[in-house]
Amino acid sequence: MVETLARAGRALLRHALVAAAALAMFAVILLLAHKDPLKAYLDTFRFALGSADGFVELVVRMTPLLLTAVAVALPARLGLINVGGEGQLYMGAWLASAGAFLLPGLPAGLMLPLVIVLGFLGGALWAALPGLLRAARLVNETIATLLLNYVAPLIVSYFIFGPWRAKGSSAYPQSPLYPDAATLPALFGTRIHAGLFIALLALLLYWLLLEKTRWGLEMRAIGGNPEAAQRLGIPVAGWIVLALALGGGLAGLAGMGEAMGVHGRLRQGLSPGFGFTGFLISWLAGGRPLGILVMAFLFALITSAGDTLQITQGLPFAVVNILLAVILFIVLARRPAAGGGR
Amino acid sequence: MTDPDPPLLQARGLTKRYGPVLANDGIDLDLRGGEVHALLGENGAGKSTLSKLLYGFTRPDAGRILCEGREVAPRSPADARGLGIGMVFQNFMLIPALSVLENIALFLPDLPAVLRPGALARRIGEAGARFGLQVDPGAPVRQLSVGDRQKVEILKLVLARARVLIFDEPTKVLAPHEAAALFEVFRALRAEGYAILFITHKLPEVMACADRITVLRQGRVAGGFASGQADPAALVALMFGEPLADRPSPATGSPAHGPPILELHGAAAPAVGSETALRDLDLAVGAGEIVGVAGVSGSGQKELGDLILGLRPLAAGRKTFRGEDASRWSIGRMRAAGTAFVPEDPLAMAAVPGLSVRENLALGTGRRYFKGPRLDWPAMEAAMAASFGAMGFPVPRLDPPIAALSGGNLQRAVLARELAHDPHLIIALYPTRGLDVRSARAVRDLLGRVRAEGGGVLLISEDLDELAELSDRLLVLYAGRIAGEFPRGGWQAGPVGHLMTSGAVPHG
Repeated sequence: MVETLARAGRALLRHALVAAAALAMFAVILLLAHKDPLKAYLDTFRFALGSADGFVELVVRMTPLLLTAVAVALPARLGLINVGGEGQLYMGAWLASAGAFLLPGLPAGLMLPLVIVLGFLGGALWAALPGLLRAARLVNETIATLLLNYVAPLIVSYFIFGPWRAKGSSAYPQSPLYPDAATLPALFGTRIHAGLFIALLALLLYWLLLEKTRWGLEMRAIGGNPEAAQRLGIPVAGWIVLALALGGGLAGLAGMGEAMGVHGRLRQGLSPGFGFTGFLISWLAGGRPLGILVMAFLFALITSAGDTLQITQGLPFAVVNILLAVILFIVLARRPAAGGGR
Repeated sequence: MTDPDPPLLQARGLTKRYGPVLANDGIDLDLRGGEVHALLGENGAGKSTLSKLLYGFTRPDAGRILCEGREVAPRSPADARGLGIGMVFQNFMLIPALSVLENIALFLPDLPAVLRPGALARRIGEAGARFGLQVDPGAPVRQLSVGDRQKVEILKLVLARARVLIFDEPTKVLAPHEAAALFEVFRALRAEGYAILFITHKLPEVMACADRITVLRQGRVAGGFASGQADPAALVALMFGEPLADRPSPATGSPAHGPPILELHGAAAPAVGSETALRDLDLAVGAGEIVGVAGVSGSGQKELGDLILGLRPLAAGRKTFRGEDASRWSIGRMRAAGTAFVPEDPLAMAAVPGLSVRENLALGTGRRYFKGPRLDWPAMEAAMAASFGAMGFPVPRLDPPIAALSGGNLQRAVLARELAHDPHLIIALYPTRGLDVRSARAVRDLLGRVRAEGGGVLLISEDLDELAELSDRLLVLYAGRIAGEFPRGGWQAGPVGHLMTSGAVPHG
C-alpha cells in the first residue's frame, strides 16, 4: 500500500516535472514572439481553473479526449496501434446523425439510446475494417487506420454539402440542427453534456475489462506474447478485430458526443484533432486509466490555453501545437531511461 | 603473494543478492589460459548470475574480480570486452538481415569509418581455419543454421581480441553433431591459450572436454575438480547434494493396445517461409503409447507438431483425434478435446513473460474455469496445486511475473498446467532441452506416467538416449517425410543415424 502510494507520488512528480520543463521551453518561444509568458500563463490558469466558464470549457474539451484516448489504449494492450481515432470519431458522428435524421419523430427515450448505439457502431465498423485486414495478415493496422482518417471526413463532407445540407445557411456547409430528442442533455445548466458520463464510464469499463475479466486476460496475453497466445488456443484473429472495433466504437462515441452534445449539428470541423490528441494521451499515460484521466485533463488545459492566448495575446491558436510538440519532445527525450509505456 | 603466472580472470568472494535470494555467495573461480573450465550446476544454482557478474552485466554486492592479477570492476559488457572478456549467449546477438561479415564488423572495437570487406573477410577466413569456425563471410545470417550462427558469435569474440570466452549453455541449441564440432573448437582455442568458461548441466559434455570443473549449488561453490579426478556420480552428488537414485525407466511395460488417439493419413502441409514442407505423413499414436520422433534439426519437427496441434492447416490428407475427423479443428478445439503441448522454449511458445505465474497458469485452460465474465481463480489454483502436487513439484509463488522463474521451474509450471486436466495426447517438442539432469528426469518420468495412465505421447526429440528410453515406437523424420519406423528394441544407432542424415539406409 505504502509502496503503491510512493510509486504514484513519484509518477506524479515526474509528470509535474515534464509539465514544468515544457512550460519553461514554451516561455522562450513566447518571449521570442515578444509576449509576456508569465502573464500568458497566469491568464490561462486564471481562466481555465479559476473561472466557472473556463472550467466548464475544460471539461467539455476533456470529454472526447478521454474517449479517443481509450480508443487507442485498448487495442494497444494487444499490441495494436490504432492511429485512426480521428476517422472513427467522424464515422461515429456520421452514423448517429443518420439515425437522428432518418427517424426524427422518435421520443427522447428511444432516440438517445439509438444515437449512442449508432455512434458506437459507426466508429466500431470503421475500425473493424483495418482489424479484419490485419487479422487476415493483409495490411498493417497502423497504416490502414491512419489512411482511413482521410476518408471519413470526406464522407461527412459529402453529406453536409449534399443530402443533409441545412437550408438557409449556404455560406457555411453544415447539417440542420438535430431534433431535440437527439441532443445529449446538458448537465448543471452548462455546456457540459451527458457525454462526460459516457466517457468516464468507458474509462472505468476499460479498466474492468482489461484487469478483471477473462477476456482482458486473453487480450493481455496476446499483447504479451502473440505466439504463446495462439499456441494456448486463444482466438487471436478474433480478438484483433474485436479490440479494434471496441476502440473505434469509443472514438465513435466521442464523435457522437461532439455532434449531439456540443455542436447540435453535423459540421466539417467537428473535431480539431481529438483523435490524434487521444493517441498522444494514451501513449503518454502508458495506457493506465488514471494516467489517461490526468493526461486528458492536461491536454484539455493546453488547448484551452490556445483560446486564451488567442484572445489575450493575439497569438494564433496553432501556437498550442508548439506547446504540445515541446511536451512530446521532453517525454521522448527522457523515455529510454524510464523504460516503456507501462 | 604475486603469482608469476596469474589466471586470466579470477573471481574472489563474489556475492550477489536478488531480494531474499542469495544468487551468488562468496564464489571463487580461476580461469586460466589454455584451459576449458566447466561450470556445472542445477537450474537456479547461480551459474547465470556468476557469468553476468564476470561480463559486467550486473555488479557484485561484494567480492573482487581480477584480470591477470589486476583488480578490475567491469561496469558494463563494453568494459568487460575491453578487458578481453567475451560471452556467447544462449540467444545469439546477431542481426539476421546482415551478412556474417557485417555482423562481425559491427562488433569490432576498431571498426574503420570505411569498411574494407576484403581485409576483414581474410581475417575471418584465417580465424575460421585456425579454430574450426569456417563460415561464408558473405552469407546473410538468417540463412545460417544454429550451429553456424554460434560460430559467428565465437568469431566475433576472437576477432575482437577477447582472451576469456564465456559460453552460457552453448550446447542447448545444438544438434549432437554440432555440439561435437563445438568441442573441437574448444580444443583449438585452448591450444592457443584462450581461457574458456563452459556453463552447462550436461555431464557427458563436461567429461568430454573440461580441464577443470567447478560445481555450484545454491549459489555457492560446492566443489572443484581437475580433469581426471571427477566421475559422473560424484559430480551429480555435488550438484544435488545427494546421490541421485538410478531409477528404473518408467516406460518399460508393454503399451495398452487401445484405439489410436491420433492418426494422420497422407497428411501434407506446404512450407511457409524458411520452414520445411511436410509430405505423405502416415502416423498413429495409440492410447498408452509413446511415439518418438527422431531427426536432425530442420527436418520438419516443429511443423509436424504444429500440424497436429491445428496451428497450420492440412493441405492434403486427414487427421483424426479419438476417432473423430479433426482435420479442420482449430488449436482451441484440439486443446479442449484433450491435447497438451510441452515446448522446448516455454517463454517463447507457451507463456506470456509479463503476466503473473497465476495468469499464465490460467491461460490455455480453455473454458474450464469460466465464471461469467471472470475466471474461477480459486478453482483454477486448486487444480494447478493438485497438478504440481501429483508431479512432486512445489507450487511456485503465483504473483510474480512468470519470466522471473528459472528455466527448470518455468518448464515445471508449463507441465503442471498442461497436465492438469488429464490430456489424452501430449505433443512434447524437445521437452528436456536446457533442463538440468533432475528436471529432465522429472519430465521423462511424467511422460511415462501419462503413458501408464492411458494417454498418448508424441515425443519429438534430438536426444537419442531419451528417445530410446521412452519410445514404444520410433519414427525418423527426414526432410518432412517419415523415413523409417522401428518398434521398441528394434533399432540400432547405425540405421537410425543414416535415416536421420540421408533419409535412407545404405544397402549391403
